[in-house]
Amino acid sequence: MHIKVQTDKFDGAEEISNIFGDRIDIGAVVSFTGYVRGDDGLTSMTLEHYPGMVEKMLGEIAKEAAKRWAIEDGVIIHRYGTLYPGDPIVFVGILSTHRGEAFEAACFLMDWLKTKAPFWKLEEKGKHKDWVEAKDKDNVATKQWE
Amino acid sequence: MKLVYFAWVRERIGKSDEDLSCPEGVGDINALVDHLINLAEGYKNAFENRDKVKVAINQNHVNWDHPVKEGDEVAFFPPVTGG
Repeated sequence: MHIKVQTDKFDGAEEISNIFGDRIDIGAVVSFTGYVRGDDGLTSMTLEHYPGMVEKMLGEIAKEAAKRWAIEDGVIIHRYGTLYPGDPIVFVGILSTHRGEAFEAACFLMDWLKTKAPFWKLEEKGKHKDWVEAKDKDNVATKQWE
Repeated sequence: MKLVYFAWVRERIGKSDEDLSCPEGVGDINALVDHLINLAEGYKNAFENRDKVKVAINQNHVNWDHPVKEGDEVAFFPPVTGG
């Protein structure tokens, strides 16, 4: 599984194509992209992260996914720094032989990443800045995989 | 030991990291924070509700009763909100 923590914008289709290459054994690709929403007045969002621990946690989450499902390859990308409405923040792409494995692994990776990877969002609405609070429903989503 | 702070914990303490000699008699995270809150107002503000602060030691999530020792990297931060 490829793990990237970066400030740069990414192109999900290109990321998948890079790892897919000319393989002929992949029957299913499932990907998820998370974007910054600006429909509630948000003007920008700054993501802080814990360098080192983020990579370590994403690696552990990926390893756990590989234990549970037959994943052929995959990529996890998470951005940090200041982002704006419409910008992609996070990407999970899973290549597998069959769709069931790919759907479940992608869902698991997103759920675990949200409650275990050390990132923090600071929302900026004009001059007003607020740290985003963790949501109970994310903890519930994580627990369903335990 | 090295202490690192993130998000509003960092803002309230007023720095992102610092080195600290493990104070005498401090055996776990709770005891370490008991020591810190007497040093300056910022720590008191950051740790006023310990339930709202998470801890990692050497980049692993741990509970508040986890032991600490000289040489550890101890991180304090709010519940994570990535994704």
